Amino acid sequence: MNIWEIIIFSLVKIVIVFTVMLLTVSYLVYFERRISAWAQNRLGPNRVGWEGVLQPFADVLKLLLKEDIVPDVANKPIHTLAPITALFVAFTTYAVIPFGPNVTIFGFNVPLVVADVNMGILYVLALTSLGVYAITFAGWSSGSKYSLLGGIRSSAQMISYEISMGFSVAGVLLVAESLRPEAIVQAQSGWMWNAIIQPIGFITFVVSAFAETNRLPFDLPEAEPELVGGFHTEYSSMKFAGFFLAEYANMIIASAMIVTLYLGGWQFPYLETFGLSATLFAIISVLTFLVKVAVLLFFFIWVRWSIPRFRYDQLMNLGWKVMFPLSLLNLIWVAFLVMVFKI
Amino acid sequence: MAVKKREKDLTFWEKIYIPEIVKGLSLTMKNMLKPKFTMKYPEEKFIPSASYRGRPVLVQEENGEERCVACGLCSRVCPALAIEVQAGETDRQKERYPQKFEINMLRCIFCGFCEEVCPEEAIVMSKDYELAFYNREDAIYGKDKLLTPVNQLQDRIEFLRSYK
Repeated sequence: MNIWEIIIFSLVKIVIVFTVMLLTVSYLVYFERRISAWAQNRLGPNRVGWEGVLQPFADVLKLLLKEDIVPDVANKPIHTLAPITALFVAFTTYAVIPFGPNVTIFGFNVPLVVADVNMGILYVLALTSLGVYAITFAGWSSGSKYSLLGGIRSSAQMISYEISMGFSVAGVLLVAESLRPEAIVQAQSGWMWNAIIQPIGFITFVVSAFAETNRLPFDLPEAEPELVGGFHTEYSSMKFAGFFLAEYANMIIASAMIVTLYLGGWQFPYLETFGLSATLFAIISVLTFLVKVAVLLFFFIWVRWSIPRFRYDQLMNLGWKVMFPLSLLNLIWVAFLVMVFKI
Repeated sequence: MAVKKREKDLTFWEKIYIPEIVKGLSLTMKNMLKPKFTMKYPEEKFIPSASYRGRPVLVQEENGEERCVACGLCSRVCPALAIEVQAGETDRQKERYPQKFEINMLRCIFCGFCEEVCPEEAIVMSKDYELAFYNREDAIYGKDKLLTPVNQLQDRIEFLRSYK
């Protein structure tokens, strides 16, 4: 492939991934509301369109029509920069996550990942930790004590959970011997899923992912009962919507990362032994990936409406005294497996 | 007085969270799968039982005459002063009939006293609960709106007979 073909294919992939993500985000909001309603014996939004399927568009329209308020005491450039940062981080992280095997389109061998880079995992870790800046900026620049508290909590939470997250990922890297997401997926062929080989690492990673995406039970930065709205107290209109979108986009990324690192990525166990045609193989693989991500997204929402929020000291205790040693233990376990059984 | 120590020591299984989290998750999942009680109102309407006290109506006999003899007891008993009756004379066997019978639905408190006091079973509470008006004049219901054929009120009348 020459450079122009690579650019065109990349652009097409970017557009597809971006559209799919935006649509998924809007419908995640809808499903969050429906599922929360079901969990509480209600019906949820079911008025706009058939069973409320047009609700996300109505929500966006409403938010667009709202007044955009910037407080007098706010630092205006940073106040505006914060939601932009949040969205930027949320949508660029997806670039390195593979959603299917290599496919042949018009005679070209195209990998189904926007950017097949050999340090993909580092890229994801770097960008997701950038996400905390968005929240801290928002909290600091709003000039409100509630927002500031939310921002500070967020940074403290990120620091504590980034460590256990990093060590859990290290376990995966030991098995795959590569930082390329594609190679990590390949290393989990059959039932050799990392979730099965290293269950402790899986649990610590999932918990850290919840903390990194600021989802309940770790949504201390926004903690409505104590901090009004946390870091987005002083935001309205589309800036608020920006944070909202970023939160749900982060959920998708977290789910996709969990799938890639621990649940075999786009691989359907032993699909290559069924002797299917290349096209069918690719379609089933992509569908497998989507189903796995959808199940995890449901899990994220399900957990949110089941578990109460952690108190701040409990959160820190859990992060430093439980998650951190557990992830280290997992690393030792994987190193043992690699040394003795050469997996 | 000795203060009782508040029990907050968790057991080992509670401390590792996971089983408790699974318990919580299974509870919400059970709730998700339960049938919902909410009615989709404008499409799906609540049909009350015979004991329901909705809008008071006048009973109209099969031959099109009202049962009411304009005795004015309902108007006397009405705590909200919502009923106004003016009697008139007819050549029919019953001799008296209400020339004007008005219930102000903004005043009515749906207590059912009018129905209880009525000697002729002429005013009963219906199942109609959809009462909304654009102005105050519309809220005063005259005989044209109050008269309801007796066959539509059968279960309420039977309910009254068995419990009065």
